[in-house]
Amino acid sequence: MEQLSTANNLSVAGEDSRGPVETFQYVVISVGAEQYGIDIRYVDNIVRMQAVTRVPKVPDYLKGVINLRGEVIPVMSIRLKMGLENDEITRATRIIILKLEQEGNVGVMVDEVKEVVTLNSNEIDKVSHGPKDGRPSFINGIGKHNNSLISLLDLNSITLGDNV
Amino acid sequence: MDVSQYLEIFLDETNEHLQSLNTQILDLESDSENMDTINEIFRAAHSLKGMAGTMGYKRMQNLTHDMENVFSEVRNGNIKVQPDMIDVLFRCLDALQEYTNNIQNNADEGTNDNEPIIKALNDIISNEPSQDKPEEKAEQKPAAESASAGGDKWNDIALDDSQINVINEAKKQGKNVCGINVVVHDNCLLKAARAFLVFKAVEEKGEIIVSEPSTQDIEDEKFDKDFTLIVLTDSSVEDIIKAASGVSEIAAVTGAYIELENNKNYHKEENAGAAEPEETSPTAAATASAAAPADKAKAAPAAKTNEKKSGKPVVNHTVRVDIEKLDGLMNLVSELIIAKNSLVSATAQSEQSNSQAFNEQIEYLESVTTNLHESVMKVRMVPIESVVAKFPRMIRDLSKTLNKKMELYMTGEETELDRTVVDEIGDPLMHLLRNSADHGLESAEVRAQRGKPPVGSIFLDAYQDGNNVVIEVRDDGNGIDVDAVRDKAIERGTISPEQAANMTDKEIINLLFLPSFSTAKKVTDISGRGVGLDVVRSKIESLSGEVEVKSELGVGSTWTIRLPLTLAIIQALMVVVGGEKYAISLGSIETIETIEPDEIKFVQNEEVITIRGTVIPIIRLSEVLDIESTKNSDESLVVVIVKKGDRMAGLVIDELIGQQEIVIKSLGKYIKQCKFISGATVLGDGEVALILDANALI
Repeated sequence: MEQLSTANNLSVAGEDSRGPVETFQYVVISVGAEQYGIDIRYVDNIVRMQAVTRVPKVPDYLKGVINLRGEVIPVMSIRLKMGLENDEITRATRIIILKLEQEGNVGVMVDEVKEVVTLNSNEIDKVSHGPKDGRPSFINGIGKHNNSLISLLDLNSITLGDNV
Repeated sequence: MDVSQYLEIFLDETNEHLQSLNTQILDLESDSENMDTINEIFRAAHSLKGMAGTMGYKRMQNLTHDMENVFSEVRNGNIKVQPDMIDVLFRCLDALQEYTNNIQNNADEGTNDNEPIIKALNDIISNEPSQDKPEEKAEQKPAAESASAGGDKWNDIALDDSQINVINEAKKQGKNVCGINVVVHDNCLLKAARAFLVFKAVEEKGEIIVSEPSTQDIEDEKFDKDFTLIVLTDSSVEDIIKAASGVSEIAAVTGAYIELENNKNYHKEENAGAAEPEETSPTAAATASAAAPADKAKAAPAAKTNEKKSGKPVVNHTVRVDIEKLDGLMNLVSELIIAKNSLVSATAQSEQSNSQAFNEQIEYLESVTTNLHESVMKVRMVPIESVVAKFPRMIRDLSKTLNKKMELYMTGEETELDRTVVDEIGDPLMHLLRNSADHGLESAEVRAQRGKPPVGSIFLDAYQDGNNVVIEVRDDGNGIDVDAVRDKAIERGTISPEQAANMTDKEIINLLFLPSFSTAKKVTDISGRGVGLDVVRSKIESLSGEVEVKSELGVGSTWTIRLPLTLAIIQALMVVVGGEKYAISLGSIETIETIEPDEIKFVQNEEVITIRGTVIPIIRLSEVLDIESTKNSDESLVVVIVKKGDRMAGLVIDELIGQQEIVIKSLGKYIKQCKFISGATVLGDGEVALILDANALI
């Protein structure tokens, strides 16, 4: 089981002598060909794939529930939520446990967890909210890191149930 | 003084006192001469005042002070209890409750001075002329008492030989031997702390050789209001008295030099003549003269009650525990049970480790965990009294507002339920009671016509029934008018007239539990805003309980709430459906039957089976759960017969695993819409199994 410390995730970078710039840390995951970033402040834990118990009569993207040290935690698939094809479970598949204020902990199945990056606020381009092409947008920013782009996930819209 | 750490205790105790005041005043209304009740009320009001004062809530203190004055008059026989006085007192309690709620919400009592109530209280008193200020009286109580009783207490102390030797030795060395009697203020909350400060102050001046009660008892607050010390000192007795009086919340200090000859226990045979308080205690005499004899006589009974009040139970057998700590403990017990279950399943799998000793230990562990679970559950159980105690007052108020005569009879208040359930059950019960009072009971004229007694009766009965607790709300009122409900339902479009024709009375009555269904002809303050019974039902179902109603038109209705004793750990039957494991609560299971496919008949296109003469509809769980059954259609079926109230259903499963103790875990707020899944549990192998709510399936 991998664990990431969630402490000290917000720090002020003084190294590049341009005065204090706010920095954010993101867990970089890959889903399909794209890279996404999840704000580390919302990450409680990252666990390996394990047996998921199916729950009937729920939307597709809710994969079911897992047992995390005695706690029962719902798990969703980010692929199905985004309208991609179903997850293919490999050795790299991980479940990221997010801690949400309202709903408690929720697990998100991702293809792979790559690294944790630190982005300065000037490396993040805000993306305006709102649905495009009739499909909801799941990102709220794009981060530039080492010549690659990281789509920063809007966790609210990812975890928001369209199940009423 | 930083009082925030006492806030919770303050709130707890205030609520208790308010509740007891409510109950007692209600008693007083029916029996206005009962001295015990009046004393009890006085005591509660007095404690409230003291507590509010200590915590710095001035408005609350003022209000309770005036209330206390009224009772002090009642107790002295100067005022008789009048009905309108009871009303004022109830208003006063409501205002106090409001203060308390404010304090609970934002640690501030709010700004409402409640002057009208204070004025009303004072009016009650001012009807009675000869009133010197009760406040002063309160101040003088301890002084008066110390003068009468504490005057020369140091001469009552039993000295042993070594102490006498020490005293004699000290006298030879030219030291002064002083006796000191310290009276702690009436309202003092931390007597032991004050006493400690007195000790410290006195020890700076001299050496304490004897204390009565013992230092240990004083530290444990095992003293009433005063304690007596014998001090060896180089300074004068006045110095010592000054030092001790410097401590705050000390009402009076008296003292004198001691002559051993005056000690009543020193010369037992002549103690009657030996005592000469006037000479030995000049300070005591001074205090005594301050308290006028007339006042003393008046204050005496008051001081006596106060004594009783502040003389808290010497040994307290209970502990207040934060409910969160209990939850933590409960979680640990759950973990332990899960771990035990995994041990059991591990041994079942590996044959070679099946030694006799190992099995014995597992069985031992099992019995220990079961007992531990029971004990923890018991700790969490509280009597429903804490919730229902406020209802008599509510019914009294309702009776006035609705202008109907009614009486509430309660039994089984001592029935215990899990704390979390008790906290939640108040609102639904209140709603049902209001419902009975408003819609159930008829007006006086109608009752007279029907030959019923003019005073309507509402009953609240609670009792334990197996693993359930049943709470019944019953009235002898009108009952539910099935036709009215049916018409209303059709009018609202809830059901079609054709449907209505086919529905039984019971089904019609159950329509009442649908959202926004109220049959009250007019909306009143009491009930009938259309949010009601559906909320009652959903609340009770969220507690894994159920609510039923039986009613006879013109005779009355009975609402029955059935709640599980415990929510956290249950005995369940583990089953397999389509390769997935599910748990069904053992409480709802009647029997398990094996059925051949050709025994299934069809009624109205529904599959039914006949078991011992009863026709039971069957539910294929594989269909409900959207999964393929692993059985062929020609194989015999395993059917679990479940029961809800008087309805039954057969759940078709693939395989039985067996009975197991399971720990119920919530699925979390994120997954909310599957009605027949009541939760999940972690199995011995770490997997999660869902718990089927048989009640929701029927």
